[in-house]
Amino acid sequence: MTQITNEALILACSAIGAGLAVIAGIGSGIGQGIAAGYGCSAVGRNPGARGDIMSTMLLGQAVAETTGLYGLVIALILLYANPLLGKLS
Amino acid sequence: MGNGLAGTMLLSSSDEVDFFIRSYYEFQLFGQTLSINTTMVSIVIVCIIMLGLIVFARHEIMKNYDNPAGEPNAVQNAVEMLVEMMDGLVESNMGSYAPKYRNYIITLMAFILLSNISGLIGLRAPTADFGTTLTLALITFVMIEYAWIKGNGIRFILDLFEPIPIFFPINLISEFATPISMSLRLFGNVLAGTIMLGLWYGLMPWFAKIGIPAFLHAYFDVFSGAIQTFVFGMLTMTFIRDKYPD
Repeated sequence: MTQITNEALILACSAIGAGLAVIAGIGSGIGQGIAAGYGCSAVGRNPGARGDIMSTMLLGQAVAETTGLYGLVIALILLYANPLLGKLS
Repeated sequence: MGNGLAGTMLLSSSDEVDFFIRSYYEFQLFGQTLSINTTMVSIVIVCIIMLGLIVFARHEIMKNYDNPAGEPNAVQNAVEMLVEMMDGLVESNMGSYAPKYRNYIITLMAFILLSNISGLIGLRAPTADFGTTLTLALITFVMIEYAWIKGNGIRFILDLFEPIPIFFPINLISEFATPISMSLRLFGNVLAGTIMLGLWYGLMPWFAKIGIPAFLHAYFDVFSGAIQTFVFGMLTMTFIRDKYPD
């Protein structure tokens, strides 16, 4: 049985944590899908207001995307600028 | 830390993957180590391209400025169409406050768009660095607060206690969350595209690098970059407009 070093344990757990962090994308994906669906039905009901509906929908989707991006940023911090390794020494 | 795990990056062992910020030249200033890095070089190149486009458009317009009978050429038509489109966008979102802010908004959107699509000419996009996007978002934040104070006078403080005074800390946090969320949104989107393309160029076999990256560039650089430019400009306009009383 080989010895697991502290660094290896932290890196492995960070990789798992990064994978768990990007699960945050589920919520923003559902939100964007709902926004796009209602945008489609609004265009179907009122095709004249296509431009306004489009820009409002994109704005709402971008705001809904933010929470997913927080998860992505946390995953990137864990992978590329790990703050936990510095606590070893 | 002697067993190959010396770095703080999990992927740093594979040298082929290249999407990190690299420093070209380091120097000491006031005890800090500063560096000329990829982002600065990209920003300078993007600004030179932008300046070149502006000088080119002015040169083409000035060609037949003196004879009023001369027809405008293609470049002048294109530039006028673009400027009118952007003016209309700002006008439809900000109403009577548009003339004060359209210079800033159009400049901001032009810089972000050119930065986002600069991956097409092989640069690392400047907006894939949190420093750049935080700077842009802080400029926007200052303009939002300026509009708040300008529009309401000293009574802008009362807005912080809406609807009941106990909401003061929440209102304060939501005010300061604006630049953070705006900068992280742009940064995260552009960085995700940069990482995707870096992984594709670094890890795929040679035959996958012919032709297929064109579609990835079209999606991640052009489409996603244009959407994020639009969103950043729209949010700036919406936030500034919201601070003025009707």
